Amino acid sequence: MLIYWANDVYRVGWGSFTLFHFFPDWVYKTFHFGFRLAEGMAWHFAFAWLFAINGVAYVAYTIVSGEWRYLVPNRNSLREAIQVTLYDLHLSKTHPPRRKFNGAQQFAYTSIILMGAGSLVTGLAIWKSVQFGWLAALLGGYRAARVEHFLLTVGYVLFFLVHIAQVIRAGWNNFRSMVTGYEVVVDEAAQ
Amino acid sequence: MSDMEPVPPQAPEEPAAVDEAAAAKAAADNDAAVDREMARKTRRSFLVGGIAALAGTGAWAWLRSRRLDDGVPWPLRIGLRVNEQFWRDWTGRYRLARTFAPSDVESPRPNGSAGLDDDVDPDWKLAVDGIADAEEPLSLTLAEIKALPKIEIITELKCIEGWSTVVKWGGARFQDFVAKYAPGQANPNGYVALETPDRGYYVGLDMASALHPQTLLCYEMNDQPLTDEHGAPLRLVIPVKYGIKNLKRIGRIAFSNSRPPDYWAERGYDYYAGF
Repeated sequence: MLIYWANDVYRVGWGSFTLFHFFPDWVYKTFHFGFRLAEGMAWHFAFAWLFAINGVAYVAYTIVSGEWRYLVPNRNSLREAIQVTLYDLHLSKTHPPRRKFNGAQQFAYTSIILMGAGSLVTGLAIWKSVQFGWLAALLGGYRAARVEHFLLTVGYVLFFLVHIAQVIRAGWNNFRSMVTGYEVVVDEAAQ
Repeated sequence: MSDMEPVPPQAPEEPAAVDEAAAAKAAADNDAAVDREMARKTRRSFLVGGIAALAGTGAWAWLRSRRLDDGVPWPLRIGLRVNEQFWRDWTGRYRLARTFAPSDVESPRPNGSAGLDDDVDPDWKLAVDGIADAEEPLSLTLAEIKALPKIEIITELKCIEGWSTVVKWGGARFQDFVAKYAPGQANPNGYVALETPDRGYYVGLDMASALHPQTLLCYEMNDQPLTDEHGAPLRLVIPVKYGIKNLKRIGRIAFSNSRPPDYWAERGYDYYAGF
């Protein structure tokens, strides 16, 4: 694996074979990223604070409100997550349970928070690699911390793609419930 | 959620046929009430969400369109300055950069040739300017730098572009140089300016970083005299800063109470650029 920004050092490949190079020219062209490292870093280190504060506020809210109970996986979540994945891939006809968040969602939404914490920790180790030299050492050194920070970002992109696909697939009532906080359910008993 | 609870079906008091009709009517009424309520909530939530999205996009557009301060929109330049002050206040001054084993040493790539266009002057001398205008600038030979205690360290040179390389450096501590040739010049809140002989490349350093025990005036790289492309005859090595601050081919060193100009900081980068 080689990064990003001004110097394209990251790639996915084996030996001399490169499957994917970070980043292909079309990425730079599409987003007008070329030769804008300085500007990118200025944004990065201003919005890193917002990212950290937002993350802390979100976690604090889920704890205070008790919402964490819906989000953190329990002992049934793994089995359920597998079942959901099989169902979504059309490999199983067993419909996942209708709850606020199923097992697969619990794993996804909890790991994205852990990934966020990971981005803060690896980012700090890179950004202040002398003051937090012990942190960089803990993460396997400066270069390893860079790779970890980058892989987490790749993880966000993949999460985003799956998330959007699932929202589209789940349809309007689900999307509306995400925005409003309310879902219309059919009361079977009253029918 | 309390306002979302379905209207309870009417208690059965009438004969079965009437009862069924009443129940159906109640259910239909309930469905209509739910639809109305949900439509209201949907309108409200999407309106709030839409305004939030617009505000975010607006803030982004506003930030992007601000006047540039040394290559970046001024609010982001303030962000860089705030970060700098925060870390300068918060972090220990003499924490050391990681050092490596001789087996980790790599052969470094030359990167950047700003200020190195001319051939090296065989009569090169290092000019040293003090703060007080009355003082004559010093003019030092390489031998006078080499007369200072020689330090050898293996550190990682980290490029702001994303790569890094482990190198063995040999040279004199900047703090020893100051103690011998510029005593009394090191105002703790001041700055050091370094520039190439042609003034094509120049950096400014905060005094604490310049006096860091691993900051070297370096004349050897991986046990060999510096090559021209790596900054012969004398370069700066400052492991607590990004590579952009490790100026090659020093022509002049000056002490100052205000921030000296900095080549890359003028082109949008963080002035501090420190770890």
